[in-house]
Amino acid sequence: MSYESDLARIEDIVGELERSEIPLDDALRLFEEGIQRLRTASAALVQAEARVRKLIEDTDGGFTLADFES
Amino acid sequence: MKRGSRRPAPPKEPLEPQLFPVSEPLRPYTQRAVTVAAVAVSLPAIPGASPESALSIEQLTQQARLVVEGAFPRLWIHGEITDFKSHRNGHWYFCLRGPAAQIRCVMWSRDQRGVPALPEDGMQVVALSQLTVYPARGDLQCTIYSLDAVGDGLWRKALEQATERLRADGLLEPSRKRALPRLPRRVAVITSPDGAALRDIISVMRRRCPTVEIVLVPAKVQGEGAPADLARAIESVGRWGDVDTLIIGRGGGGREDLWAFNSEMVARALAACSIPTISAVGHEVDITLCDLVADHRAATPSAAAEAAVPVLAEARAEAFAMLVALRGALLRQVQKRRDRLDRAAHDIRTGAERDAERRSARLSAVAGRLHALSPLAVLARGYAVARDSSGATLGSVSDFSVALDFDLLLRDGTVRATTRAVHPEPRMADEGQ
Repeated sequence: MSYESDLARIEDIVGELERSEIPLDDALRLFEEGIQRLRTASAALVQAEARVRKLIEDTDGGFTLADFES
Repeated sequence: MKRGSRRPAPPKEPLEPQLFPVSEPLRPYTQRAVTVAAVAVSLPAIPGASPESALSIEQLTQQARLVVEGAFPRLWIHGEITDFKSHRNGHWYFCLRGPAAQIRCVMWSRDQRGVPALPEDGMQVVALSQLTVYPARGDLQCTIYSLDAVGDGLWRKALEQATERLRADGLLEPSRKRALPRLPRRVAVITSPDGAALRDIISVMRRRCPTVEIVLVPAKVQGEGAPADLARAIESVGRWGDVDTLIIGRGGGGREDLWAFNSEMVARALAACSIPTISAVGHEVDITLCDLVADHRAATPSAAAEAAVPVLAEARAEAFAMLVALRGALLRQVQKRRDRLDRAAHDIRTGAERDAERRSARLSAVAGRLHALSPLAVLARGYAVARDSSGATLGSVSDFSVALDFDLLLRDGTVRATTRAVHPEPRMADEGQ
């Protein structure tokens, strides 16, 4: 699941919760799903040092990543 | 065209007889002319000096060719192309002309590689030429080694033709443009490993979004073999696939330096790539074929990096705003219910109160009516009721007989009485009714 599909789903959920009165069970389920997705999306925002690597194509057609000193 | 196709190869050895040695190093034209004159004067018996020693036409044109080629180094010339023909043997034949002169030209196929598109009649060109004589016709002509349109007309033409082919294949349709991932986990960069473009991209991405991983896919971005290398790199990235966004580009350079990005092969590889692409060829003025087919065009490598990744702090703020919105929406759902519950409770309370009031009012009304009907109320007003021993009311004189014992029921008790006489009186009886 990608970052933007998570965000898009959360937007949908907020919209659904805003729009109409829905059964409380459903509302709670939607909210929990939203929080879960937000957690996934936020995990991608954890600070890290941007790594630079180099793509190497192996002779057998596979690929490996090697560290690249920039 | 027959000429040119059966053109005799230049002789390996100098022809005999010869006017002067061709192996002699080139000297300035004027000096050479003096030498020719001197030889002609001092050696009257040389070939062609008398009818007996007449030269064949082959000898003459060969000699003329040697003289001309020896006298003229390779020179840049400029003129307008006319009568252009591309022979099926691959060679090009045309004339170059000025306002009042023209010369035949030939360009061998092996020299055409650097020319981006077929020249056309009427095109102004500059050409690197060697003046020579074509012996088969005795014509003066130029062998062209390099050709470029004045004002890069040939490059533009090549670009237009390639653009048209891409358009015909639907590769330029705006609907093909894919959205770039908002927060890519990994970005591949096809560029020269030691170019400024890579440094710029790394620096911008580190500053904006340090969560991203940059994967360099080294490729030759200019010169011989660059288009094939770029196309191979694009194809590799597509086959690898474990990446969210692809940037392909280079830093600024001259028009020729950017030419690999105008290669149709590179453009087609890019259009076929399964990964969303950003083209970043550092040239503000020209739009390359890669720019046209890429999902996103950036003017510079730095701009490409900015398009590829968000500012992390902004993404975090966005995620936080979403959390706030989500909580708010749920709270409003709950609040709606709470409000309704409150309303219901209020309704129930007021309803019950009203009901109780209604009941109580009705009760007192009934009680009042009941009270008014009570015989006790009659007694209270001073009346008495006669009842026999069984409790039956004696309401008429006919109920009485002499000596009958009965009870008189009064407001505050009963009185035992005995009947002494009975006097029926019609008037009283009426009143007693």
